[in-house]
Amino acid sequence: MEIHIPTPLRTYTDKKETVSVDGATVAEGLAALVAAHPAMQQHLYTAEGKLRSFVNVYLNDDDVRYLPGKEETAVSATDELTIIPSIAGGTPSGAGCCCR
Amino acid sequence: MSLKLSQQLYDELRAHGEETYPHECCGIMLGTTSENGLHVASLVRAGNTRTDSAHNRYHIAPQELIKAQREGRKTGHDIVGFYHSHPDHPAQWSPTDFAEAHWFGCSYVITAVEKGKAQITNSFLLTGTGEDDKAFTNQHITVE
Repeated sequence: MEIHIPTPLRTYTDKKETVSVDGATVAEGLAALVAAHPAMQQHLYTAEGKLRSFVNVYLNDDDVRYLPGKEETAVSATDELTIIPSIAGGTPSGAGCCCR
Repeated sequence: MSLKLSQQLYDELRAHGEETYPHECCGIMLGTTSENGLHVASLVRAGNTRTDSAHNRYHIAPQELIKAQREGRKTGHDIVGFYHSHPDHPAQWSPTDFAEAHWFGCSYVITAVEKGKAQITNSFLLTGTGEDDKAFTNQHITVE
């Protein structure tokens, strides 16, 4: 299975945009990624071992969080995982300058 | 490390903010990174999913990010940054922008849109290695 790495995390995958891993489930694929590139651990997971809230993982076109099996969902060699950090923001709801 | 883009793209991202006023616009910048800076090759307009509070919040659906990333891959481009507008607010990053910023090494471009007219456009580079040491640094915009 191939895992697509977003621009900011390629620092930890030797600049690789795509990493090929073995694994029967999403969780196993991610574990293989971390085994090959240990620095990814802290960027993907909290100290408690949960995926960080702003890290989205997609199995092909589906958000893993919303799959019935979540990270235990079975995968095949032709599946693609994509790691994609969230992007959001905005101005304060109150009046006045928003900058620090 | 400056942000480089054509006059056409610069005008385009500012116009987007005018079109969506009084709501925030948002979009993705595709391009390349070199020692000289981030070069924007194209823009991908994104829909703001925060329809509940579109005047002061933006959020780009991950599916749109993935789609843009796939498109970029075909032409040798990556996601190098994002842009959004601040309707009737300065072109400075907000605490919300900072808290929600996770694309290290990428540019966050903000255009202030006052009464429907684009004013100042600023860019901020997200530096650091993680949530504990991240920072926004002012980034020069070079319009070519």
